[in-house]
Amino acid sequence: MMAPEMQTNTKTMNMIEAINSAMDIMLERDPATVVMGEDVGYFGGVFRATAGLQKKHGKTRVFDTPINECGIIGVAVGMGAYGLRPVPEIQFADYIYPGLDQLVSEAARLRYRSANDYICPMTVRTPFGGGIFGGQTHSQSPESIMTHICGVKTVIPSNPYDAKGLLIAAIEDNDPVVFLEPKRIYNGPFSGYYDRPVEPWSKHDASAVPEGYYRIDLGKAATVREGEALTILAYGTMVHVTKTIVEEMGIDAEILDLRTLLPLDIDAIETSVKKTGRCLIIHEATRTSGFGAELAALVQERCFYHLEAPVERVTGFDTPYPHSLEWAYFPGPVRIATALTKILKD
Amino acid sequence: MPETDPEMNLGRPASNLPPLSLHIPEPRYRPGDNPDFGDIEVPAVDATPRPGEATKPDAMRDLCYGLVRVLDFDGQAKGQWDPKLSPERLRTMLRYMMLTRAFDDRMFRAQRQGKTSFYMKCTGEEATSVASTMAIDRADMCFPSYRQQGILIARDYPLIQMMNQIYSNRGDHLLGRQLPIMYSAPEHGFFSVSGNLATQYPQAVGWAMASASKGDSRIATVWCGEGSSAEGDFHSALTFATVYNAPVIFNVVNNQWAISSFSGFAGGERTTFAARAVGYGIAGLRIDGNDPLAVYAATQWAADRARTNNGPTLIEHFTYRSEGHSTSDDPSAYRAADEATAWPFGDPIARLRQHLETIGEWDAERHEAQANELDDLVKTTQKQSEKLGILGHGMHQPFETMFEDVFEEMPWHLKEQCDQMLAEQEAKFGPNWKPE
Repeated sequence: MMAPEMQTNTKTMNMIEAINSAMDIMLERDPATVVMGEDVGYFGGVFRATAGLQKKHGKTRVFDTPINECGIIGVAVGMGAYGLRPVPEIQFADYIYPGLDQLVSEAARLRYRSANDYICPMTVRTPFGGGIFGGQTHSQSPESIMTHICGVKTVIPSNPYDAKGLLIAAIEDNDPVVFLEPKRIYNGPFSGYYDRPVEPWSKHDASAVPEGYYRIDLGKAATVREGEALTILAYGTMVHVTKTIVEEMGIDAEILDLRTLLPLDIDAIETSVKKTGRCLIIHEATRTSGFGAELAALVQERCFYHLEAPVERVTGFDTPYPHSLEWAYFPGPVRIATALTKILKD
Repeated sequence: MPETDPEMNLGRPASNLPPLSLHIPEPRYRPGDNPDFGDIEVPAVDATPRPGEATKPDAMRDLCYGLVRVLDFDGQAKGQWDPKLSPERLRTMLRYMMLTRAFDDRMFRAQRQGKTSFYMKCTGEEATSVASTMAIDRADMCFPSYRQQGILIARDYPLIQMMNQIYSNRGDHLLGRQLPIMYSAPEHGFFSVSGNLATQYPQAVGWAMASASKGDSRIATVWCGEGSSAEGDFHSALTFATVYNAPVIFNVVNNQWAISSFSGFAGGERTTFAARAVGYGIAGLRIDGNDPLAVYAATQWAADRARTNNGPTLIEHFTYRSEGHSTSDDPSAYRAADEATAWPFGDPIARLRQHLETIGEWDAERHEAQANELDDLVKTTQKQSEKLGILGHGMHQPFETMFEDVFEEMPWHLKEQCDQMLAEQEAKFGPNWKPE
């Protein structure tokens, strides 16, 4: 899994620590890198992702911003035009909407509209997803809004090792990247059973994270589990929930962790679905016009004659994310098991 | 859900208090009216003191409500704000403003002749970009809105490149991707024009913050209209600029009209646009935008202030949009025909000419000769540009350029779509088709 040139020691890290390490390394390696956002400076971020970075790299490299997402993204566009490599944090993905015009009409189009006169090498980090009793403004999964923008890459890691390697690759990328961090699994993978104790990352192989620099190229899916019965496409928190249910049911599923939604690893998807003949897509985001719709369309366009059952989707419901009824909303074990039974019955 | 309650008596006061009324702003003059701007306060040219560049914003609030002027209506430069430019520099300024106007006239006509889709003139506002650009360093970065062609002209950007962009022709280095006049010129310190309004405001602040964080000496300057000062981006930018004391100059070109909406729809009935600075604790200057020397002096003041880490300045250029918003606009449908001529501050080119003549450094003969020379220059350049094509005639850019530069490297889905598009062109134009 690890690149052979990597000689550095590994350390057990949770996702927050891995993300922090990626920024730390990029601040160290590239004087153009700056980290900015609400509460990210002295305090180190509400999820602690930037803890210690200001102290180590100084206030002009890691700093707090006004509570103004339009300003955060807009200022980052200008910094990119100057030659910096900004890594703004939007405290919750739910707060990104005030900055969306700067993302959609400015950051994403700058290279195109100026024919390479100006670029926007910005990585917007933002925690997303539910399962933390965050209610309707701290739980959303806006990935399909991002993938619908031409000119933005969308990345979602599912474990500490990937989070660090992907974030370094995102920061080094010369195009804007939205880096969505599944906050439910910051501190440990999630089985989907909210009433069971949380397992820490230290019990998971992917918590062994090299302390030094390494990158995982964007646009490459990972095979979490090889299998023959069906292909499951998932990302973020749902990778772990899916794996738990598949193993409980004893199903020989092939699980692909997409990791980058755009550009998508279509070859990995096509190869796997053609092998298994069945495809289940799982995401936490709302169903209608969700990224699953894009995946289902691609799979039927490319693999239709290999399919033995209709492509199925397991998703969140088309409602705002509820607070008290969070676990009735979340695409958990029952919804996934039902879909698995249905897609495998013929 | 509750149904509308019939007992609510919509449209009637709910108590015996006086009924509320909603104010909808209305400009003073409409088509058919005789505009009279006699009540606009015109302070004497030497009435406004020039504070030091390090003055605290609170100690110079009056300047947000007054009007910095240098040229009086007899062509004399007076008062503390007189930048005392050499006659040579004044003639250069006049030349750039005249060239901007000649260029505008020619390109407007080209649009009317069907050679391009769109054009925007800056008639009457030439000083707000030309004089402003001349007052900053060549290395400083400009974030324009869409009516600042004067920046490029004042920085000697090749006219033919502007025309090539307007025609989206083979010479257009933006590959025909952008609406006419949405230039981009990094070598000339000119940021890519967006077409969205006021988005450049926070971007300029970010550029200035980056410059400051690296210990650079360059500053940023940015323009928007009074209409788009209502955008959230404007306020985001001022917040970030004051928080980080960013070395940036904010220009609000108050030309009174945003398409058909007069400045009242941006809050202009209540206070000045320079006064937006007060709440943010930054320096504000309200100036006669038709007075090139006032524009120069105010910009120079703001640039010195920014360069010495004394923070940002907001400059309201009080001016008038003499022509339509763009070639797609017909101002006679919504405003009085004579407003431009009734405007009490005259025309910036006429005023600078008058000043140069008053001090004995210019005359009618030289003026006419220069006007003819610039017209010829624009015409000759136009012919050269049109050899590279005009909009809609021929295929000026290779088709696949449509898919390039979405990302640094083209991902698979764009390659597939590009192949599809090329196949469509072949189906349309035949198998021996070759992109021009």
